Amino acid sequence: MRGSGIIASVRLGISSLMLHKLRSGLTTLGVLFGTSSVIAMLAIGEGASAEAQEQIKRLGSQNVILRSVKPAEDQNQGSQTTRILSYGLTNDDYERVATSFPSVGRVVPSRLVAQEARFEDRMVPQPRIVATTPEWLEVSGRLVENGRFLTKSDSVGAKNVCVLGTELARDLFLFKDPIGQRVKLGADYFDVVGTITPRVRFDSDAPGAGEETTQELFIPLSTADNWFGDMNVSRRAGSFNAEEVELHELLIGVDNKDNVIGIANAAREMLERFHDEKDYEVVVPLELLAQAEETKRIFNIVLGSIAGISLLVGGIGIMNVMLATVTERTREIGIRRALGAKRQDIVAQFLVETVVLSVGGGLFGVALGLAIPQIVQWYTDMPTLVTLQAPILAFTISAGIGVLFGIYPAWRASHMDPVDALRHE
Amino acid sequence: MSDNGVPRESPVAVAADSGGTSAPVAQFQSVQRIYRMGDQEVRALDGVDLTFRAGEYWSIVGPSGSGKSTLLNVLGCLDRPSEGTYFLGGEDTGELNDDALSELRSRRLGFIFQSYNLIPQLNVLDNIMVPLLYQSHPPADGEERARELASRVGLGDRLDHRPRELSGGQMQRVAIARSLVNDPDLVLADEATGNLDSQTSMEILDLFDELHSEGKTIVFVTHEASVSERAQRVLVMGDGRVCEVRETARLAQELAT
Repeated sequence: MRGSGIIASVRLGISSLMLHKLRSGLTTLGVLFGTSSVIAMLAIGEGASAEAQEQIKRLGSQNVILRSVKPAEDQNQGSQTTRILSYGLTNDDYERVATSFPSVGRVVPSRLVAQEARFEDRMVPQPRIVATTPEWLEVSGRLVENGRFLTKSDSVGAKNVCVLGTELARDLFLFKDPIGQRVKLGADYFDVVGTITPRVRFDSDAPGAGEETTQELFIPLSTADNWFGDMNVSRRAGSFNAEEVELHELLIGVDNKDNVIGIANAAREMLERFHDEKDYEVVVPLELLAQAEETKRIFNIVLGSIAGISLLVGGIGIMNVMLATVTERTREIGIRRALGAKRQDIVAQFLVETVVLSVGGGLFGVALGLAIPQIVQWYTDMPTLVTLQAPILAFTISAGIGVLFGIYPAWRASHMDPVDALRHE
Repeated sequence: MSDNGVPRESPVAVAADSGGTSAPVAQFQSVQRIYRMGDQEVRALDGVDLTFRAGEYWSIVGPSGSGKSTLLNVLGCLDRPSEGTYFLGGEDTGELNDDALSELRSRRLGFIFQSYNLIPQLNVLDNIMVPLLYQSHPPADGEERARELASRVGLGDRLDHRPRELSGGQMQRVAIARSLVNDPDLVLADEATGNLDSQTSMEILDLFDELHSEGKTIVFVTHEASVSERAQRVLVMGDGRVCEVRETARLAQELAT
């Protein structure tokens, strides 16, 4: 049973296993499900975290985002009142951030304008109108789809131009090319100069109340100052609410990744000093990324352990069956020993059988493990990602488990007394 | 050991040796095989001296528990003497480790069992070739030899059959072919006809006679007197000793011709 005999012994192993097709099949199933669950679970875990990480990265891992938030205690006040609520980031905050922080590349202020958008007879009641500066595009990492973004001359001249997000462009213009057309915001007309790719969203980036985040439209901040001021007015039946917010967002582009956390902390400290109440939030994509990675790590450990346990159970199943097989084939062992088989020959014979079982289960398990994520994705829209390591890892473990759990039964077989084994009924 | 467990007077041990001139194949010198069961000692072989020479044809008889099977196991290097020495082809088997004994079995010995002991998942041809599988230098013409032996025992057209597709007689023929594939110095048969009807038994014993006439050294264990007379010499075992060595009519006949 040496040299070229490996193929022969594998063939013999398979034919021995085929004597008990059901039993061998069921044993293989244990490893099969273990292997496929390792791959599937890792794929689902990787998929979930990869999506989150991708979103965070596109938010800009070198950015710190300061946002205005409506203070919590004001939300419970009666709706039948007429009031003006003033909160959020101020132009002073912008000045301080822009001038006093070291290693700040660019600071981009933006404000949201509450107006409806119209084109001919089509109307979008609550678009997300962002009044900002030309640098916004680069710092946010968004891309121009058609035409151009806002320019310096738009800002300086406070021109009535706008850039549309893809979705709003579609809602207003259907299939018509929006560039060169005029959109009516409130009472004023704006020339469309370009469109940009959609905004990426992630879980902690919740939209404000009633805010349709994807229907975006960008105008120069200076133009917004001229036409709309700081006041956003909302009228409901019997009530009149106005919000005065100088700036809704300050997007800080940090020059170096290492400085992101420092800037974020400095910004928190500064805002705390100048704001009596917490009417702002500081979003740090890099921190979110670290959190997401930590979550992924824990997720992988948990899923990996569960899958690993199922592989272990599969391995124990193999050992159990092989022990039964060895007992059942005691006589065959005796015959082979009598005819000249050495102990190592018997060990090899039974190890080959276990490895055939576990490798067979492993191979089918890899196939199933690659299929499950596809099925999950098809039915649940949950993103999955099969990395190359997962099938290799799972297959190696399953084959290894075959050897590990095969050693003891094979050893037992090889140490039977030939005379007793021959006498065994 | 007597049948009722009470020691009785031991018969006088004799040395089994034909005194012939051919080279000794297997030689026992005061071989004992003692099993310990709890604090009881069972002397399965109690001082056996014997010499089987090349080309001889022996049968071993005796009541159950007389030590026939143990004798055959020791002869077959499946069991080791507790005391004494066993030379197989001039080699002291006491000096050999488990691997070397295994190699010895695959080169020098052929086994034929009462219950055929074929390997169920192998076909006839592969079953015949099993002893070659375990030799460290298997002969190049092993398969050819196996095919020849299969035809010789009348199974040349059933090489692809599995044991379960064969009758008892056919299975025993396969076992005989298997015992010859390594061209052994000594063929050992344990109640080879015990599971067969008388017609088939005769055919098998005829095959033994044929092998004997070709010069094979054959030792078989049986409990049937008629079968034992087929050999040249009958070795009678009792209480782990050789009680009697008897020459048969066959020997007289062979000497006469």
